[in-house]
Amino acid sequence: MFNAITHSQMYVLDQDEALDFYVGKLGLEVTADIDMGFMRWLTVGVPGHPERQILLEKPGAPAMSEETAEQVRDLVTKGAMGGWFILTTDDCRKTYERLLEKGVEFTQEPTERPYGIDCGLRDPFGNRIRFTQPKV
Amino acid sequence: MSRATEETNRRMLRARDAMDRDYAQPMDVPALARIAHVSPAHFTRTFRATFGETPHRYLQRRRVERAMFLLRETDRSVTAIGFEVGFNSPGTFSRTFRDIVGRSPRTYRKEATAASVPTCFTMAWTRPST
Repeated sequence: MFNAITHSQMYVLDQDEALDFYVGKLGLEVTADIDMGFMRWLTVGVPGHPERQILLEKPGAPAMSEETAEQVRDLVTKGAMGGWFILTTDDCRKTYERLLEKGVEFTQEPTERPYGIDCGLRDPFGNRIRFTQPKV
Repeated sequence: MSRATEETNRRMLRARDAMDRDYAQPMDVPALARIAHVSPAHFTRTFRATFGETPHRYLQRRRVERAMFLLRETDRSVTAIGFEVGFNSPGTFSRTFRDIVGRSPRTYRKEATAASVPTCFTMAWTRPST
């Protein structure tokens, strides 16, 4: 049947601002940035892992009505939109400190859990992201 | 109009995130309003319009949800847990817990089981709904 998960998607409200955050602050890399005219296909991933990409999609016409896009934007900024992901890291506390210095907004400080140490943050739009240092 | 709403949403979310993160600290409306960059008078009303409940109630539910977590997954005493999640007295903790969960902290502890899933999910989904 299936072999891998290759692409997933989340809504961002501004793709340039998303790049500043996901690449400039979180240190992900651009795996594709294609201007298709009707939309910009923009994906990012963990450096060295182009096989797993996240599409940073801007909600809007003509994919959806302006009214629907407004509802999506409303949900994203309320922190209620579904798109999110979990990253892994070698050192959760160190990564947390480095991102805090860069002005990243955290929703949860590094916390010990049965599966490792993890914490939570917001992107500039309201999406939630987490990263975990798995227990070895 | 729409962009203004989005900006307001993000400000309210920023204040709600502060409650999620620093729930154990003393928090009042003026402090939260400062985080949201709005006046205290506007804060409670706007927060309620955005998320459907007052900031005070949200903070209570967050504290109770964290207390539920500690009751499930640690051996700490009920009294210690009440203080640890930000309540000023055991009486207030017990009363608020029962009001929200419908059971006392001690009864809840007997009935609950620990779940080994990501914290973000237990935080969101074991949060009492009223």
